[in-house]
Amino acid sequence: MIRLCALLLLLALPAKAEEIVLGLSRDQVAITATFEGSDILVFGAIKREAPIPDRSELGVIVTVAGPDEPVLVRRKDRRLGIWVNTDEVEVDAAPSFYAVATNLPMRDVIKDVEDLRYGITIPRVIRSVGAQVGDSAAFTRALIRIRAAEGLYQVLEGAVDLEQETLFRAAISLPANLTEGEYEAHIFLTRNGRVVDEYITTIPVRKVGLERWLYNLAHENAFLYGLMSLTIAIAAGWGASAAFTLLRR
Amino acid sequence: MQIYLPIAEVSVNAFLLLGLGGIVGILSGMFGVGGGFLMTPLLFFIGIPPAVAVATEANQIVASSFSGVLAHLKRKTVDLKMGTVLLIGGLVGSGLGIILFNYLKALGQVELLVQLCYVVFLGMIGTLMFFESLKAIRNANRAGGKVIPTRRKHNWVHNLPFKMKFRVSGLYISVIPPLLVGVLVGVLAAIMGVGGGFIMVPAMIYLLGMPTKVVVGTSLFQIIFVTAFTTMLHATTNYTVDVVLAVLLLVGGVIGAQIGTRIGVKMKAEQLRILLAIMVLAVCGKLAFDLLVQPAELYTLGESGHS
Repeated sequence: MIRLCALLLLLALPAKAEEIVLGLSRDQVAITATFEGSDILVFGAIKREAPIPDRSELGVIVTVAGPDEPVLVRRKDRRLGIWVNTDEVEVDAAPSFYAVATNLPMRDVIKDVEDLRYGITIPRVIRSVGAQVGDSAAFTRALIRIRAAEGLYQVLEGAVDLEQETLFRAAISLPANLTEGEYEAHIFLTRNGRVVDEYITTIPVRKVGLERWLYNLAHENAFLYGLMSLTIAIAAGWGASAAFTLLRR
Repeated sequence: MQIYLPIAEVSVNAFLLLGLGGIVGILSGMFGVGGGFLMTPLLFFIGIPPAVAVATEANQIVASSFSGVLAHLKRKTVDLKMGTVLLIGGLVGSGLGIILFNYLKALGQVELLVQLCYVVFLGMIGTLMFFESLKAIRNANRAGGKVIPTRRKHNWVHNLPFKMKFRVSGLYISVIPPLLVGVLVGVLAAIMGVGGGFIMVPAMIYLLGMPTKVVVGTSLFQIIFVTAFTTMLHATTNYTVDVVLAVLLLVGGVIGAQIGTRIGVKMKAEQLRILLAIMVLAVCGKLAFDLLVQPAELYTLGESGHS
């Protein structure tokens, strides 16, 4: 309802030349016990009053970002023959998940200035004030490298299908090792590397059912949860012992 | 079948966890070690966050030890009196260990401490046990298959005050050495996130002179209480006990422990010891290798301590 109102409000506003009308294949992600990751299909259309401007290329960027959190990045060095953590940099805020999909190569859809302003590519999303170590940029690069290897940071150039400069769609796959939170889907429309329209929507990612119940219990009733874990452990130990005694008879 | 773990927040294969639990359970039943020193590194390896792995492993050790101790109680191979003395030391030790652990965590060097502890203790104990059991086996063979009972040596352990009779172990010794062994094991258990059986078992054999027969059951008895204490501590302060992970590990683990206990009874004490020694040395070698060889990725990510 709210979204519909917002959409109507957008339509009523004095028109920009080109605007995004968006749909999502799902408006929330439920983490169940057998959660194996999830695909989100972001699709939409570009609404315009005037004919398509023909001189410039239309760019569509779709990003999905998990909640921001601080991360401690440590670097190992050889000391007395063994590898130990020597330096560390605290990255103030890095999304737990980040995917950026475009219809064209990155350098064609967005200019550096605009990237800096809107925070679109991965290095622009991560905030690191850290001046603790001289080469803190190396730590940020390492963070991106490690998360990319785990499938948590994705750069998907050419993954947005754009048809007739009007309809677009992109499939973003969320990995199984997701953390909970409000995920933000961002859609940018660019002309000549400049953002002409922007659309934001949130996708809540939540544990449900047993997962939700256990998580809440562990955090809100920690003592009870601990006792429950121990009881299960002892019951299982006793059960197995009893079962084997029966088997031997 | 993939299972999403609610506390660890990762998705893993359920059968992989059952299998790991089973294998470690067999070893734990055979040798009377909780199996934590094998399981904790294995859990790191399959991508469980270290804090969750350590806390959950403590819970799982409770289950496999309980299963094992019941089997031993039936055969009357548990020295409850000795176990209680070791336990008192163990609880004091684990309290001290957690203070030390948190202090080093603040310095950011806790991983190194854990790894060095593993390498040093596993290396020392493995080497000692290996050569000792090799000697025992050779002697046994030379004597035409008969083991000549060696008279128990009188060392400094036997000259301390507060003597106590431990009838099941057939010992009349001071309570100070078992208490100290308990404290040492408690400290190491808290730091390394293990039950500590692999340190306690050799200490009981070589330091206290307990008969091998009762050593396994008694150490399991002590481990149950110390790890239950650790589990509660982790659950209430760090919220890192993952009960789904624990259940999967312990279903495999308790079945394995029952099988392992039965295998253990059929084997000779020397053979059992040399196998345990080889296993301990293998884990030690792997950890030492990781410390000495340049890692492929020099950087690691950690949770921010200031959040």
